[in-house]
Amino acid sequence: MGRYVIRRLLQFIPTLIGSVFLLHYIVVLGIQFRGNPARAFFGDRTPSPEMLEAVKRLFNTDDPCLSRTGDPCVALFVERVGNLAVGDFGTDYNGRAVTEIIGDALPVTVRLALMAIVIQILIGIFAGALAGLRGGGFWDYVVKISTVLLISVPIFVLGRFVQLGIVEVVQWLRGEDLASPALLSVITVTYKVSAPWASLIVPAFVLASVGLATTARLTRTSLMENLRGDYVRTAVAKGLPRRRVVGVHTLRNSLIPVVTDLGLSFGVLLGGAVVTETIFNIPGIGSEIVEAVQRNEGPVTVPLVTFLVIIYLFVNLLVDVLYAVLDPRIRLD
Amino acid sequence: MTDPTQISAGPTQGVPSAPSAETAPPPGSAPQKERNASLWADAGRELIRNPVFVISTIVVLLVMSMALLPWLWTSTDPTQCEINFGKDRPTAGHIFGFSIQGCDYYAQAIYGSGPSIAVAVLATLGSTLIGGITGILAGYYGRWVDAVISRFTDMVLGIPFLLGTLTLLSLVPLRNVYTVVLALIALGWPTTTRIMRASVIATRNMDYVQAARSLGASDMRIIFRHVLPNAIAPVIVVATIALGAYVGAEATLTFLGVGLRPPTVSWGVMIDQGTEWVLSGVPHLLLVPVGFLVATVLSFILMGDALRDALDPKLR
Amino acid sequence: MRADARPTAATKGRHRHHSRLADVNPNATLLDVRDLKVEFRTRYGVSKAVNGVSFSLEAGETLAILGESGCGKSVTAQAIMGILDTPPGYVTGGQVLYRGVDLLRLASEERRKSRANLIAMIFQDALSALNPVFTVGFQLGELFRVHRGMSRSDGRKKAIELLDLVKIPAARQRVTDFPHQFSGGMRQRVMIAMALALDPDVLIADEPTTALDVTVQAQVMNLLAELQRERNMGMILITHDMGVVADVAEKISVMYAGKIVERAGVHEIYASPAHPYTKALLESIPRVDMKGHELSVIKGLPPALSNLPPGCNFAPRCRFARDRCRHDVPPLYQLGSEYGRVDATGTLRGSACHYWEEVVAR
Repeated sequence: MGRYVIRRLLQFIPTLIGSVFLLHYIVVLGIQFRGNPARAFFGDRTPSPEMLEAVKRLFNTDDPCLSRTGDPCVALFVERVGNLAVGDFGTDYNGRAVTEIIGDALPVTVRLALMAIVIQILIGIFAGALAGLRGGGFWDYVVKISTVLLISVPIFVLGRFVQLGIVEVVQWLRGEDLASPALLSVITVTYKVSAPWASLIVPAFVLASVGLATTARLTRTSLMENLRGDYVRTAVAKGLPRRRVVGVHTLRNSLIPVVTDLGLSFGVLLGGAVVTETIFNIPGIGSEIVEAVQRNEGPVTVPLVTFLVIIYLFVNLLVDVLYAVLDPRIRLD
Repeated sequence: MTDPTQISAGPTQGVPSAPSAETAPPPGSAPQKERNASLWADAGRELIRNPVFVISTIVVLLVMSMALLPWLWTSTDPTQCEINFGKDRPTAGHIFGFSIQGCDYYAQAIYGSGPSIAVAVLATLGSTLIGGITGILAGYYGRWVDAVISRFTDMVLGIPFLLGTLTLLSLVPLRNVYTVVLALIALGWPTTTRIMRASVIATRNMDYVQAARSLGASDMRIIFRHVLPNAIAPVIVVATIALGAYVGAEATLTFLGVGLRPPTVSWGVMIDQGTEWVLSGVPHLLLVPVGFLVATVLSFILMGDALRDALDPKLR
Repeated sequence: MRADARPTAATKGRHRHHSRLADVNPNATLLDVRDLKVEFRTRYGVSKAVNGVSFSLEAGETLAILGESGCGKSVTAQAIMGILDTPPGYVTGGQVLYRGVDLLRLASEERRKSRANLIAMIFQDALSALNPVFTVGFQLGELFRVHRGMSRSDGRKKAIELLDLVKIPAARQRVTDFPHQFSGGMRQRVMIAMALALDPDVLIADEPTTALDVTVQAQVMNLLAELQRERNMGMILITHDMGVVADVAEKISVMYAGKIVERAGVHEIYASPAHPYTKALLESIPRVDMKGHELSVIKGLPPALSNLPPGCNFAPRCRFARDRCRHDVPPLYQLGSEYGRVDATGTLRGSACHYWEEVVAR
C-alpha cells in the first residue's frame, strides 16, 4: 500500500507541473499571437515606450520571450511557479491581488461544491442501487430514463429552467401567503449572503444533476454486472442471507468503479460550477472566472484556472488512494 | 452534459470483473443455419431489434439532413427578417414564431443545426483521430512511447474540460466554428487515447495477435487487420456519445460568451439569446432551440448506450 | 469432539442441533436424488438441461458424475444446492431427499440454513469464486459469525484452524491475505476450507481440479479424500476427467444431454462399460500402447438441449445404434447382479441403452 501511494505521488508531481505548464504555454502563445495585453490596455492611443514598459511591468508581461512566437518561456514559467508556491498569484487590472479574490470567492464555491458532491453521492448511489437490484423493474426504467435526460440537457439550460420554476413557485407562495423568510431563503433565484447555506441548496442540486446521473448509471450497471459474478454464487452457496450477499459482498465490489469515477466527476463539477454560479449569481470562483473572461482579463482568468487545476489534481490523487483502499488487487505489493 | 471525459468509462474499465460460469448450454447450438457470429454481426442483429436504437438513429439522421440539406426542410430564408415581427408567437405559416429580429424561428432552427452539428462532427472526428492514433501507439508499442504519451495525456486531462476550453477560447480573438472545434479537440482527445490504449493492450495479448506476429506479419499489418477491428468497439461507443456531448458543449461555451456569436446562428446562440426573454412571455424563443438540442443530444447518447450494450461480449 | 473420535450417526446428531431440519430420519439415505428435472427458459426456447436424473449417496461414499461440458452436471449440482439462477433456470420436477427430507420443498429460510451446514459446494475457478476484496480470514470467519453467531475474534481463530486443516503453511499470517495473493492450488484449498467449515454431511465438488496443474491436482484430490475419510462425508465429484475419477470415486454416474446414461462401480465401468457413450469415452483416452494408431474420437456434437432428437439422445453418434434407438427413449435398464454391484447397499448397475448386453460383451 505504501509503495502504491509513493508511486502515485511520483506520478502526481510531474503531471501537476505539466498541467500548469500547459496552461502557462497556452497563455504565452496567446500573447505571442495576439500581442501584449499591455498594448491592448491603451486601446486606440499609442503609448510612449516608457509608458508601455511600465504597464507591461504592471501586468507582468515584460519578458522579452513574449515577443518571440513559439518560445515556451521556461524561465518565465519557473518564475511564475515560484510565485505560486509562495502564494503570489498576481493581481488583476486594478491591482487587487488574485489571492484576495480567491479568499473572498472560495468559501462560497466550497459550500456549493460540497453540497453538490454529497447530493451526487447519496442520491446517485441510492438510485443506482435501487435500479440495479431490480433490473428491469419499475425503478430501473425510472432511473434509466431520468438519468439519460439529465445528462442530455446542458447544465445552463437546466439551471435556467429551475430558475424560472422558482420564480413561479415564489409567486404562488406569495399568493397563498406562505412566503416565510426561511422558505424564501431556500427557494430563491440568487445567492443570499444572509443565508449562505440555504440559498445554495437549489443551485447545488442543479450542479449535482449531471454527476448524479452518471453515478446512478454507473452504480446500476456495476451492480448488475457484479450480481452475475461467481463470488456471488459462492456467497449464496455458503448459506449467507440475501441481504448480506448483496449488501456486503456485491456492494463493495460494485462501488469500486463508482468511486474511481468520482475523480473525473469532480472535474465535471468544477466546469459545472462555473456555469451554475453564473446563472444563479453566486459570487464564487466560477463566476469570477467568467467575469474575467468577459472583461478579457487574462491575469485573473489564468491564475484562477490554475488554482482549480491544482485542486482537481489533488482530489484525483485522493481518489486514487481511496481506490487502492477499496480494491486490494491494485496495491501490487 | 458538457464533458465528454465523463461519459467514457462503463464499469468494465479497469476492474477485472468476474466471468460468469457456464450454467446453461446455449440452446440451439450446432446444426442450425449458418450464422455470422462475429461480434459486429451479433451486435447489428441486436441493435436492429432495439426500438430505442432505431428511433434515436432515425432522429440523428433527420438532424444530419437538417444540417446538410436545410433547404429540404424549409423554403423560408432565415435571413429574411422583419423587425416588426420580432418575438412574435407562433402563427400559421410560421410554426415556431419569430426570433428577436423577426426572422422565422423554424427556419433559424433548421439552419442553426448546421453550425451545431458541424462543431460536433468535426470535434468528434478530430479528437477520435488524434486520440485513436496516440492510443494505438501507446498501447501497441509500450515502454517509452507509452510513457511519453501517457504522461502527456495525464497533463491534458489534468485540466478539467470546460475550464480548459473556456481558457483557450478566452485567449483567442476569433470566435468561429473552427476555433471552437480546435478548442474542443485540444481538450477532448485524451479521453479517446485512454480508451483506445486500454483496448489495444487487451487485444495485443490475445493469442491471434501472437500468432500473427510469429508468422512474421509487420506491425502495420497486425495493427490494422488484427488489433484495430477488435479494439475499436469501445472507441466507437465513446465517439457516438461524444457527438452528443460536443453539441451540448458548444451551447454551454456560447452561453459563457466564448463560443459562437451572431451573426452565426447555432442552437447555442439561439438558446443564449432566448433565455433573456423567457420571463417576458415569449417562451418559444428558448423552448424551440432547447427542444432541438435536447432531442439531438439525447438521441446520440441513447445510440451510444445501445451500441455499448450490443458490443459488450460479456452480455452475450 | 476429540479429533480422533470417529463421528457416528449418534454423535453427529448431537452436534447438529443448531442446523437440524425437522423430520430428519437418521436411518434414511444421506442424499437421494429422484428424477430431478431442470429447465432453462430463454427467449430462444426452453432447454431441458436436466431431464430426470437420479442417484443416491451414503456417508463416506464418493460418487463421481462424469460427463462432457454442457451435459447438465453443474446444473444438477446447483439444483441440489438451491443456487440455480432463477430466472432463467427452473426446477420442474423430482425430489432431493436429505435423510428423507425433500430440500426442494423447504421454505427458503430453512433451505438457506441447510447450505454450508448440511451440504456444501466447491467450485472450479477459485479466483473468481472467492470475493477479491475481502481477506480469506473474513470470508472464512463470516460462516461462523452468520451461522453460529460467533464473535469476530472467535471467527478469526476458527479461520486459522481451518487454514491449518487444509495444510496452508503460516496460517496465522495468511489469514489476512487476499485471494489473489495465493497460488491456484492454495486458493482451492481455501475454498475447501470454506466448504468444510461448518462440518457438512455432503460435499459437492464441481470440477475442483480442472483449473489446476497436474501435480497440484493430485495434492488437492488427496486432501479432499483425506478430509472426507476423517469426517465420513458423502462426496459428489463432478468432472469430465476420467483419470481423476479412477483414483477417488467408488461409484460413477455418467451423464449425457441431461440424463444419466450409465451407473456403475468404478472398477466395473473401466473394465466393462455398459453404454456406448461410456465405451466411446474410454476408447478416446490416448494410451501409450496405442502409439502409431489414429486417435479415436466420438464423431458429431452433443444435441441442442432445446431441440432434443426423438428416441435416444446419443443415437446420432452411436455406433451401436439401430432403428429402435431413434424412436424409443431407453429407460435406465438394470443389469443383473452378475455384472457387479454399485455400492455397499447393493444397488445394481444401470445402463440407458436398449442393446447394453451387446455393449458389455464387446
